[in-house]
This record gives sequence, structure tokens and C-alpha cells, in this order.
Amino acid sequence: MSTIAETPVETPTLPGLFRRAKDRGERALLYAGGITDLGIQTVREIVRGPIEGSLLIAQFEQIGVRSLSIVAITSLFIGMVLALQTAYSLEQFGVKLFIGKVVSLSLVRELAPVIMSFMVGGRAGAGIAAELGTMKVTEQIDALRALATNPIKKLVVPRVLAMTVMFPVLTIVSNAVGIFGGLIIAVANLRLPANYYMSSVINTVKYNDLASGIGKTVFFGFAVGLVACYNGLRTTGGADGVGRSTTQTVVMAAITVLIMDFFLTKLFLLAF
Amino acid sequence: MSDFSADRRAESRGTPDRRRVTREPFVEFHDVYKAYGPKQVLRGANLEVNRGEVMVILGGSGSGKSVTLRHMLGLEAPDGGRVIVEEEDITDLPEEELYRVRKKFGMLFQSGALFDSMTVFENIAFPLREHTDMTEAEIERAVSEKLELVNLPNTAHLMPVDLSGGMRKRVGLARSIVLDPKMILYDEPTTGLDPITAQKINELIIDLQSKLNVTSVVVTHDIQSAFSVGDRIAFLNRGVFEFVGSMEQARNADHPVLREFFKASMVTAAQPA
Repeated sequence: MSTIAETPVETPTLPGLFRRAKDRGERALLYAGGITDLGIQTVREIVRGPIEGSLLIAQFEQIGVRSLSIVAITSLFIGMVLALQTAYSLEQFGVKLFIGKVVSLSLVRELAPVIMSFMVGGRAGAGIAAELGTMKVTEQIDALRALATNPIKKLVVPRVLAMTVMFPVLTIVSNAVGIFGGLIIAVANLRLPANYYMSSVINTVKYNDLASGIGKTVFFGFAVGLVACYNGLRTTGGADGVGRSTTQTVVMAAITVLIMDFFLTKLFLLAF
Repeated sequence: MSDFSADRRAESRGTPDRRRVTREPFVEFHDVYKAYGPKQVLRGANLEVNRGEVMVILGGSGSGKSVTLRHMLGLEAPDGGRVIVEEEDITDLPEEELYRVRKKFGMLFQSGALFDSMTVFENIAFPLREHTDMTEAEIERAVSEKLELVNLPNTAHLMPVDLSGGMRKRVGLARSIVLDPKMILYDEPTTGLDPITAQKINELIIDLQSKLNVTSVVVTHDIQSAFSVGDRIAFLNRGVFEFVGSMEQARNADHPVLREFFKASMVTAAQPA
């Protein structure tokens, strides 16, 4: 009688590993190709127009207005934590007066754009993937096509455009709230005058810092919007498939933001 | 076999059959192949649907019936072969060109495929707003008229989630005919419905056929429905249409799988040979 111990365990052979790696590589390339194709079609539809104002405004509300509270809360606490940590380090060198400079530059150049993109990318991206995924598995996307309506124009363009516009707007909000969070700590913990902190911020942050931080999020918004729409539109397999698309969107949105952030930061450092 | 006689259509309408069925094909399939991954669904399918007729596509689950419908609309492109609609080869048309072709069709999806963020009114008005310059008053009139036609008055304000399965299909049907298409495609119109509601849908199909004088293709594995509404049957098996003929010919066909299909549906039990 065969026992578990006697059961031969299949060890992955080298050709098997190669084949799996090759399959994964092919799938990744197909995925990247699909997103690129969707991106090209989306840009073409945006350029060709007309864009339906009512659909766009609805997405502004869905992606922008409804994300305000989450962006405000996270930015406030990021600003406060950043000020606390910075104060702790700066105090050791007796230069806690620089807190406004450090907090504002960290927030404006890096933290606010990336954290905001994580939060809104996760929230709105998951929402888009779930909505379009549900439409796909209930044949609503096919119904649109059958009714001679272009789903990219009707569904993808408003969502991607709204993400592209709303990411920078929400980053501005995030910058302001984050700096305000730093102000609270500077005044309450470090006993610095509020006007000193604010003038330090204003004197430190230059236009190129703002342009670099906010400019990046235009690209983040476009990319995350595309990833969410693509994952939604390729959903198969009912509720299970919708769940998978949603999860994949959250993960992909975060990875996309981090990878793009590196290259865009490099580019903007050269440009500004 | 009286339960499944073609006369039932005239009985249902209460009027003589005045439809103009011609030999002129509206949709043609020439040697169409389609595979999804390793699964070969269509293996050289040939079919002609004539103008004005109701063609029933019969076949088992997963035999490729719905895939056939999707090819007619250009929702899927064949791997091989040609699909012709009104003498125009649509096989290689780009998506944008296909939108023009799709306006000739109305399609009732298996689930109704209503846009669940819109009311019944907005669902039916959607194609009118997309493709016509009608005023709101004209749209309201057209929607009410189509809702009357599918026997669903006073439902315009409801959301799809508030509707039963049969009602969803009827709203889907109203939406598919609102642009007055030349051809209506029905994907499993009676699946998942109780027998009484299924019969109502069948009567509705017959009624619309008479009133709108369109060409129709009904995909089903419901024999009762097939004999209630169809002029001809195309039996899809192993990726090809192994039998295409009138209802009478289908009843007398010696095709073993088709006979087995009828027997399993208790048709032959009702009318032994």
C-alpha cells in the first residue's frame, strides 16, 4: 500500500522552470501590450472627441470629490508624523528650526504625490475595476458594443481623464493638508511660532518642487486609470473574476506608481 | 406533434401569417472556424438566414450557439471563413466599421444585459440618445410605445434590480428593437424562466415578428420554444450545422443526434413516430 511518504514528489526540472518562466514572461508581455493598446485607443478617442461632459463630471465626483476625505485624513497624519520624526532627528543637532523646510520639501516633492496616488489609486482603481468587471461578466459591455456604442469612449475615456485630472488636484489638497499637519506639531510640540513655520515653508518650496511633485501625478493618474479599466474590461468568470480583477488593480496600481515614480523623479531632476 | 406545429404561430397571433419570407439571405456563414484556446467551437460552419424568416439555432450546451450569434454581430471575429451581412463581408471590418453594421441588428442577451445603473426608461432610451437626434418628448413616446409592445407599461421608472427575470428579458427586448432593426437576435430567450413566462416570451417573439416584419435568429436548447417560434431549424453539433431545414423536415429527420435531442426533450414521447 502506498503511503504519503512513498508518494513520489515531483521536483521541478530545469526545462519545466524555464517553461513556466517563459509562460509568465509571455503573459506579462501580453498584459503590457493590452494596456498599451488600450492607452493608444483611449488617447485617440480623447483627441477625436467629443467627450461627454456629463459622464466626465460624474467621474470627477466619483474619483475626486469622494476621495477628498481619505486624502485629507491620510495627508494630515502623514504631515504630523513626518514633523514628529523630523523634529526628533533635528533636535539632536539643535536645528529644529528647519522643520518647516524638511517637512514641506519631503511632502511636496515625494510623499504627498505618492501616498495620495496609493490611496486614490487603490480606492478609485478598485472601484473602476469592480464596476467594469461586473459590467463585463453580466454582458453589459457586449450590450454596449451590440448597440453600436464604443465602450472605450463611453466608459474608459471619462474614467482615465478624470483620474488624470483629479490626481494633481488631490495632490495639491494633500500638500496643503500635510503642511498643515506639520504646522500643528511645530506649534504644539516644538513651540515654534506659526508664522515662522509658514514663512519657512513658503521660502523653501520653489515652483520646480511643486511642478515636479504635482506633474508626476498626471502620469500616475493616467496609468492607474488605464490599469483599472484594462483589468475591469478583461474580467472573466463571474464574481470570482471580479474579485481577482479588483485585487490585481490595487496591487498593480501601487507597483505602477512606485516604478513610474523612480523614472519620473529622475526625469524631472534633469528637467528642473 | 401538434404541440409543436408551426400553426401555433398563427394561432398565437390570431391573424394570418403576412410576413414576407424570401430566399434572399440576410446573414451568411461560409466555412466559419472559431477556437478559444485549445477548444475548437466552430469547425467550418455554413449557414444562410433568409430575409424575413425566424431561424432557430438548436444545439446542446457549449455547442457554439451563442458564439454563432456573436459572429453575426461582429462581436467576435472568426479564425477562418467569412461572415456576410446583407451581401457585405464583415469578417475583417475594424470595430468602428462594425458599429454601422450592428445598427441593423437588435440583440436580446441571455441575461437581458440591462445597464444596472440606469432605469428601465434610460435603458430603452439609450440607443435613441446615442444614435438619433430625437427630442426628449419623442424619446419618451418611443420608449412608451416599445414598453407597450413588450407588455410592460408603467415600469419605466424601475431599476433593473427591481425586475423579475422575465421582465428583464422583455425590457432587454424593448431596448433591442427601439432603433427598428432589420434583424433581431435572441440568445436563449426562455432559459431560466418558468413555463408560463417562457410561453409569454415565445408569444412576444411571434408577435414582434408579425408587427415589425424583421428577420430573427433564436438560439435555444428549448425544443418547445423552437417549435413555437421558428420557421426553420439549424442544428449545431460538433462545430458544424449538421441539419438545416424546415420544422416539418426537422420532425422527420433521421439525424441521430437531432432525434436524440428531440427525444430527450420529450417531443417524441408526445408524438411517437
